[in-house]
Amino acid sequence: MDADALLYARLQFAFTVSFHIIFPAFTIGLSAFIATLLVMWQRTGVERYRTLAKFWTKIFAVSFAMGVVSGIVLSYQFGTNWSRFSEVVGNVIGPLIGYEVLTAFFLEASFLGVMLFGWNRVPPWLHVTSAVLVAIGTLISAFWILSANSWMQYPTGFEMRDGIAHPTDWLAVVFNPTFPYRFLHMVVACYLTTSFVVIAVGARYLLAGREEMQARTMLKMGLGMAIVLAPLQAMIGDAHGIKTLEVQPAKIAALEAHWEKKEEVDAAGHGVPLILFALPNPSAERNDFEIAIPRLGSLILTHSWDGSFPGLKDFAPEDRPPVWGPFIGFRIMVGLGLLMIAVAAWGVVEWARGALGRSRLFLRVASLMWPVGFVAILAGWIVTEQGRQPWIATGILRTADAASPVPGTSVLATLILFVLVYTIVFGIGVLYINRLINRGPTPLEKEPEGVPNRPLSAAENAGREVFGGTE
Amino acid sequence: MMELYLPVVWALIIAAAVAFYVVADGFDLGLGILFPFTKEEAERDQMMNSVAPFWDGNETWLVLGGGGLWVAFPKAYAVIMPAVYLPVIVMLLALIFRGVSFEFRWVAKPTHFWWDVAFCGGSTVAAFAQGVILGALIQGIAVADGRFAGGPFDWATPFALLCGLGVVAGYALLGAVWLIAKTEGPVADRARAQGKTLLIVVLGFVGLVSLWTPLGFSRIAERWFSLPNLYFLWPVPILTAGLGLLVWRGIDRGRDLAPFLGVVALFLLAFLGLAISTFPYLVPPTLTIWDTAAAPASQIFLLVGVVFLLPMIFAYNVFVYWTFRGKVRPGEGYH
Repeated sequence: MDADALLYARLQFAFTVSFHIIFPAFTIGLSAFIATLLVMWQRTGVERYRTLAKFWTKIFAVSFAMGVVSGIVLSYQFGTNWSRFSEVVGNVIGPLIGYEVLTAFFLEASFLGVMLFGWNRVPPWLHVTSAVLVAIGTLISAFWILSANSWMQYPTGFEMRDGIAHPTDWLAVVFNPTFPYRFLHMVVACYLTTSFVVIAVGARYLLAGREEMQARTMLKMGLGMAIVLAPLQAMIGDAHGIKTLEVQPAKIAALEAHWEKKEEVDAAGHGVPLILFALPNPSAERNDFEIAIPRLGSLILTHSWDGSFPGLKDFAPEDRPPVWGPFIGFRIMVGLGLLMIAVAAWGVVEWARGALGRSRLFLRVASLMWPVGFVAILAGWIVTEQGRQPWIATGILRTADAASPVPGTSVLATLILFVLVYTIVFGIGVLYINRLINRGPTPLEKEPEGVPNRPLSAAENAGREVFGGTE
Repeated sequence: MMELYLPVVWALIIAAAVAFYVVADGFDLGLGILFPFTKEEAERDQMMNSVAPFWDGNETWLVLGGGGLWVAFPKAYAVIMPAVYLPVIVMLLALIFRGVSFEFRWVAKPTHFWWDVAFCGGSTVAAFAQGVILGALIQGIAVADGRFAGGPFDWATPFALLCGLGVVAGYALLGAVWLIAKTEGPVADRARAQGKTLLIVVLGFVGLVSLWTPLGFSRIAERWFSLPNLYFLWPVPILTAGLGLLVWRGIDRGRDLAPFLGVVALFLLAFLGLAISTFPYLVPPTLTIWDTAAAPASQIFLLVGVVFLLPMIFAYNVFVYWTFRGKVRPGEGYH
């Protein structure tokens, strides 16, 4: 395994997994939103909910397709690019992925067909049930993936025999110590991300003075979710951080850019500062420049004024994660999290005053919030994945030893192909989602530009209905 | 004992998943391969609509096949994937184009030309790559110390390329008989004509591969032509020919479902033939299913899931196919 091939393999995985996570993050939240809308429609009979559900289902279909095709890539990349990883931890991680396929993928994929195309083909209760099952399927999928990832972060319930991990206790494998934190943190992140997309779309319509009723419903439902979830996420994140300090102290040291040895902090008794911004310098083992608040780091992570925790110098240089990615990623994630709390609070105050939608400034800010959750999720994953380095499975296998015996040129060539294809295909996909949003929940009854030979297209805009049928 | 039987059970499960994938995604991909043979947008809509509710579920069998290989035979997975690195990645990229086309094509209308190209190109390339991977497995993989020890283009032999073309033709045939079963009007009429041509082409490929494998690989010749194996195995080619005849007559007599079922049986038989040729090797000619098996604890853990969940998966597959039963007529979807 040459060094170039390893670098390309890492870049390739980072690229494909980062692109992929955007779509499930959105579809986990969106499927729950659509299922909620449909249940509300069935309970109340208010047609607005069904119209909104239909509208978001079109966007869901496009996003889900992108999630499926980019996800299949990952399931094969374990073997193509990381065959040593597959071999060493396959006994443990393999079944978790297997259970994801059996419990989640088939459920989602089967009922997706009914959810997308069954509007007039199955009774309403069955259609609503299908949407609920798809939403549950996405959650089950997240469960197994987060379980597998958490196990790689902090493996338990196994023993090593001849250099291969063997499971000894499946409960300890599946419900490993960091899993509950990670699972909650990710699911809430997905719901929060989707809430802000819904809020942004609602705000966009109100700014444009269209879809008034639908837009208000979206804004209220989105804000209702966000005002609960955004602060809750801060609390989950805090608990997750404290757990991480317990099991992966090097990661915390890296994301705080904290160099000083624990014993030195204790001897000096000055606690650990919270570094707001810094220029970490790994070769000199210090920060070249920093803006810090004294003792706040101790307060956050140890909940005491002069508590201490290991700094990067407590770990041998070859066991330290890189600092820049976790450090910057963490600040982006937390900053955006605070922004989400602020915007949600602002919106709820407007709502409580009965003035929701009157402030154009709020609408403008809200309409720009759609990418915020996605960026926060990507930043968070960079924190946790780079923070796990140099290990691919902590204490078992180093990333440098995990790659396949494939020449660097093959990996580079496919990396270039992935970048090209993903940029084109998923770039266009995002444009198409934007096009669907522009068309809106209640499309005008007009012929889309010149397709006379398709009888049904006259009444319906997005080919979806060609299939769902409305007559 | 467990170490003896568990790998066999898992080999059967994975073989079943791959067989399901080949048949189910085979007709999806086949439609894509047949796309260029009509220029009519309405007919292409009709073709695509006939599989739109199913394709995602069908493709999931590919994940179960690949994932199952990793779970049950991690050492084989770790050898095979690097060995067929380029064809696998090309297949994945092609499946991306094919998969997103199902949704993008409708949103893009009326300027969807390139998504027609992506659907057809993605389907054809994915089918070809799958055939090449199959061929590469049959012809064998260079292994040293339990790891892949060959070069990046080891798979690129005339035999593997022949298998690639064979699978493209085979999927196109599956697509054609699916269209006979699920559509009416000009699409179904054309599929009948295409089905007959493709049947001859596919039987030709089956014949070529059946001759090439024993002539080119002595281990396969030994498997088929040694005694007493020959006594049990001679019906396989006879059955294949008989099924071919049945499909032909089914098409001729205007039957809807019979040709599809006949072609599925033909595929399963060909699959069985290849399994006979390679068993018990997972990575011919060196690693058997027992050499590469995962820890029994891991195989059992997921086997429990398979036993309970696979029937459920079948149940909701049946439910979805039942929900969208019947014919897709020109210019309309399901109502």
